[in-house]
Amino acid sequence: MSKELIRLKDVSMTFDGDTVLDNMNIYFNDKEFLTLLGPSGCGKTTTLRIIGGFLVPTSGDVFFDGVRINDVPPYLRQVNTVFQKYALFPHLNVYDNVAFGLRIPKAIEEGGTDIDSGSSGKGKRKKAKKVKLSKKEIDQRVREMLEVVSLKGFEKRTVSSLSGGQQQRVAIARALVNRPKVLLLDEPLGALDMRLRKDMQQELKRIQQQMGITFIYVTHDQEEALAMSDTVVVMNNGKIQQIGTPEDIYNEPKNAFVADFIGESNIVDGIMRADRLVEIFGRQFQCVDSGFEKDEPVDVVIRPEDVDIVDVSQGALTGLVTSVTFKGMHYDIIVDFKGFKWLIETTDFCPVGARIGIKLDPDSFHVMKKSEYSGMYGDYSSYSAEYDEIGDAEYQEEDAVDEEEYYES
Amino acid sequence: MKARAFAYPYIFWMALFVVAPILIIVVYAFTSSTGSLTFDNFTSMGGSYLTVFGRSFLLAFIATAICLLIGYPVAHALAKEKARLQGMIVMIIMLPMWMNFLLRTYSWMSILENTGLLNRFFAAIGLFDLINAISGFINNTFGTHLSTELEYFEMINTQGAVVLGMVYNYLPFMILPIYSVILKIDVSYLEAARDLGAPPRTVFRKVVFPLSLSGVLSGITMVFVPAVSTFVISDLLGGAKIMLLGNLIQMQFLGGTYNPHLGSAIALIMMIVVIICMTVMNKFGAEEEQAVMF
Repeated sequence: MSKELIRLKDVSMTFDGDTVLDNMNIYFNDKEFLTLLGPSGCGKTTTLRIIGGFLVPTSGDVFFDGVRINDVPPYLRQVNTVFQKYALFPHLNVYDNVAFGLRIPKAIEEGGTDIDSGSSGKGKRKKAKKVKLSKKEIDQRVREMLEVVSLKGFEKRTVSSLSGGQQQRVAIARALVNRPKVLLLDEPLGALDMRLRKDMQQELKRIQQQMGITFIYVTHDQEEALAMSDTVVVMNNGKIQQIGTPEDIYNEPKNAFVADFIGESNIVDGIMRADRLVEIFGRQFQCVDSGFEKDEPVDVVIRPEDVDIVDVSQGALTGLVTSVTFKGMHYDIIVDFKGFKWLIETTDFCPVGARIGIKLDPDSFHVMKKSEYSGMYGDYSSYSAEYDEIGDAEYQEEDAVDEEEYYES
Repeated sequence: MKARAFAYPYIFWMALFVVAPILIIVVYAFTSSTGSLTFDNFTSMGGSYLTVFGRSFLLAFIATAICLLIGYPVAHALAKEKARLQGMIVMIIMLPMWMNFLLRTYSWMSILENTGLLNRFFAAIGLFDLINAISGFINNTFGTHLSTELEYFEMINTQGAVVLGMVYNYLPFMILPIYSVILKIDVSYLEAARDLGAPPRTVFRKVVFPLSLSGVLSGITMVFVPAVSTFVISDLLGGAKIMLLGNLIQMQFLGGTYNPHLGSAIALIMMIVVIICMTVMNKFGAEEEQAVMF
């Protein structure tokens, strides 16, 4: 439907012997909203910095529109970045910040020839005619862009007098005013409070559609990723775990890591007894998955919202409620099934200590092949601790320590 | 309330050793030796005083400019180095400052003297012979009368020597404030500028330099003010020939022309001119500096 714009081919990145990206292969389509999602240190920011030109991969190639751009410096790339902490120039006001890129004479762009590969491009680059925009055109574009990000009338304000959300908008305007083909966003909402994040998510999506350009968005917040993206790339330990639409990623996670990272999941060991027949806790259930070997050991994901609580007498499995948390819309209850603790979301109140039965529809099972992550996730024995970890809007500078020494000026 | 109490000793100190002396200078400047109020101290200053004023400010200005030209690139390069190397180089820059100021200036005397190290070195490599030979050749060929008896370059007791002394002694005061300001510039600003299409030179011109301006201003202040009022450097490296304001003032208090009233008047004028210079300069850079400070 849309054409490929950026491709990373066999890209690896090593810092001091630590592999941050491990043989990564991925492509980015034009006009797509793509999110790189993963925990701190998974390599998502590194990926973004490679595309932005701030890091040169240890091995592998980066292609832009089919041209290899490994050695093209950031200032010659048709890519702009919204930085984690905005990096607005403190000595310039809002207007001058946004106009910064426009005031720099640029080589004429003819079908992207200004982004030439390093070796042959060097001579050409010097000869290329530099074009300077007229004051009038700059003014018009800056004002237009400030309107897009709803900051009309803020032209003369100093950046330090703006709120976090406003600074965020200036950063977006400053990048977009250059009409890049791709906008890179590095956890841009990380420093904002919950309410503002939600507003900005909508806003970003709107801007992306209005401008019709590619957004590559980095976040560790799975909700954010699901809400905004056309495509989500889940990463961990420098490797891509899964690429898909938000629905795919949520409904059909490829392994225990993805299932656990995206939303809440109970992940139990199971055995595929036949197509559409899975066995857990020694009992067989109808399911909708097929294509496994007979008697193949598998990981089975059951989402907390897919479990129906019924009377003990009607339950396929019975368990003991060990904790109840009121969440507003529903209760989160932890139920002990033969020593394995499940998280169940329910609107029925079940007191701690109650015995309950559960019913599972065939489509509430999602069966995954065993992976390196099997057995690591999906048990809610230490539920409260884990919830804290997920729930707080923690904000970490991913890879920052690793990369600091590699910044060049 | 309590915290303020700890500042009292310093306030007392300041009153005693800063405010009081300035008041005494003002009083002296406007009185005669008999103690009566007079403007004679100012009106008696003739053209020769103006020359000294002019020379002092000119030499201090040149020294400050040279310090800036040398110091900025050093500070900029230094801030980009690995932390360990930075520490080492900063120490080397500071090292001469731990040695006695007089001693350092004396050693320059022995280097620049007519029979000093530098001239002896030039003689040893035959530089003077060569120049004399060339002059002789030109004289023979064109019938000119160039001197063929050059034995040394006159370096000591020149304005150049005074400027050199100023640059040597005050350069660290230019480098260090600039260095510490550049060091604090967030790398993300530089990355943002590159990301927006700025080649390295533009990044410097539009981001690094404006953001380092507060360091430049304090460096200029820290070099210019001591340079304009120095008397040791001009005394030792300029001899009697290069008289600066500092020497003039010193003479009124310690020299043969003892006249503390005139000396106070000169000191007062100098202070006012320096304050005006600094105010103008700070206003000039105020916008940028404000942006850096907040």
